[in-house]
Amino acid sequence: MTKDEGRFEIRLSGSGGQGLMLAGKLLAEAASVYDGKNTVQTQSYGPEARGGKSKTDIVISTEDIDYPKATSVDVLLAMTQVSADEYRRSLKEGGLFVVDSYLVDNAGLDSAIGIPFTLLAIEQCGRALFANVVALGAVVELSKAVEWDSLEKTVVARVPSGTEEANKRALAVGREAARRATGKVS
Amino acid sequence: MSGNNERSIWVMQGNEACSVGAVAAGVDFFAGYPITPSSEIAEFMARHLPLIGGRFIQMEDEIGSIAAIIGASLAGARSMTATSGPGFSLMQENLGLACLAEIPCVIVNVQRAGPSTGLPTQPAQGDVMQTRWGTHGDHAIIALAPATVLECIELTARCVSLSEEFRTPVVLLMDEVIGHMRESVEVPAPGSYKVHSRPHPRDEQEDYQPFCGGLSGIPPMAHFGGPHRFHVTGLTHDERGFPTMVPEEVDRKIRGIVGKIEDRADDLAMNEETMTDDCEVLLFAYGSSARVAKASLRVLRERGLKAGLLRVKTIWPFSGKRLRELAPQLRSIIVPEMNLGQLVTEVERAVAGVVPVRHFGRVDGHLFEPDQITDFVLEEIAS
Repeated sequence: MTKDEGRFEIRLSGSGGQGLMLAGKLLAEAASVYDGKNTVQTQSYGPEARGGKSKTDIVISTEDIDYPKATSVDVLLAMTQVSADEYRRSLKEGGLFVVDSYLVDNAGLDSAIGIPFTLLAIEQCGRALFANVVALGAVVELSKAVEWDSLEKTVVARVPSGTEEANKRALAVGREAARRATGKVS
Repeated sequence: MSGNNERSIWVMQGNEACSVGAVAAGVDFFAGYPITPSSEIAEFMARHLPLIGGRFIQMEDEIGSIAAIIGASLAGARSMTATSGPGFSLMQENLGLACLAEIPCVIVNVQRAGPSTGLPTQPAQGDVMQTRWGTHGDHAIIALAPATVLECIELTARCVSLSEEFRTPVVLLMDEVIGHMRESVEVPAPGSYKVHSRPHPRDEQEDYQPFCGGLSGIPPMAHFGGPHRFHVTGLTHDERGFPTMVPEEVDRKIRGIVGKIEDRADDLAMNEETMTDDCEVLLFAYGSSARVAKASLRVLRERGLKAGLLRVKTIWPFSGKRLRELAPQLRSIIVPEMNLGQLVTEVERAVAGVVPVRHFGRVDGHLFEPDQITDFVLEEIAS
């Protein structure tokens, strides 16, 4: 995986209401506003307000981006079993596959890194709704898709006022969990 | 919408960009009825217009929405509404009123898959012919189709300008991919867009005739509340605005609302060409499909095929000029559209059998993938 040349594709997938569209927006903004790359983010979801399949693709490139969706995914995050089963096929060979092991049975997904994002959010951040930001911290730590500093700046700038510290903590929880999962405990 | 103000680099959604373009072009009245995938436009305008002294009204439905923007325009406002297929269908009758009564306004249609309620969150390009012929009777329409977030700003501003310049309704024909896509853009400085104002009669002018454009002209437009009183009707009318059945007057009116736009089709054409200088196979596309065609083009060139892309930003009035100029060098024209064959019929009319034209349609609610277009082109060339 190279982050400096050509096209880099990230797919965040799960269920409506898990906050993946917001996570995608944050990633896109970190990549373009702070890292200075070209970015396109697209989304796909059903007509339901909550539930139903939901995914967002973020394409980051130093060059012009014509095709706006992912075709050969470098990084796949799956926050539900259904999305893990469906989108694993889109992952390119050697790509990074991360699942929420609290919600996804990753026994059959041998290449996947399992981290219990939703459980970590409940236990260490106090609420399940931080799961998206915890996952974002882990995905960026594992993929280096954007600079950590850029991600933190974006999150602080974009989350509701008064929740900045809680969200920064959620990012850090994700980062730590990613380091533990790959044996790189700091 | 979010970004870094110093560098003016923003990550913006197509729908937000459309709203930014509208405000930059002086739109000060918006009436609408939110519908996926266009709702963010109404959302933005509802937040923003009150801050700059404009008006936002959420109407009871789309019939009311277009009626309200027509009324606001008659009172002098630059007015706009936004919708998607089901709402656009409801607007057709009053779209005809705006054409006939020569009332400037902008209608944004963020296309989703139809017919009927269809797939609310999925893209299509199925409203191209409805945009042209959805309202009854002979008329002309201007419609522009953006393919990037930056173009959502630019072309919305252009729609406002054209509606004013030509005293006519103008449609911004987006699709779900472009409307919902977020893209990094460098936002142009305020005042970057030249926006025409409708021709206006002098206050002291005597015997003001609000519909005196003749066969190709654009008559001056007074606004309600000003010194000029005039009659507006959906009945076919004379130069003063009163109903007429005099054959010569009726004929002049209908030829006039068509001629003022169709006579300028070549001037209104906005295209982007990629690698057309030496191309033998031409991809002809617009909106989000054109982005995929451009990605496919690179692969086709790598495989040694002399392919090029003509992307039209002006859908209506359709100009065949560039196609006719390119025709002698072409073996084939391929038209990918997210429908079962709409703008392709205009391409066929333009080249009139000189070059074979093939349509490639997708109607399953998804954008093309570059490989699909590449494979289709290679199979076509081989056969």
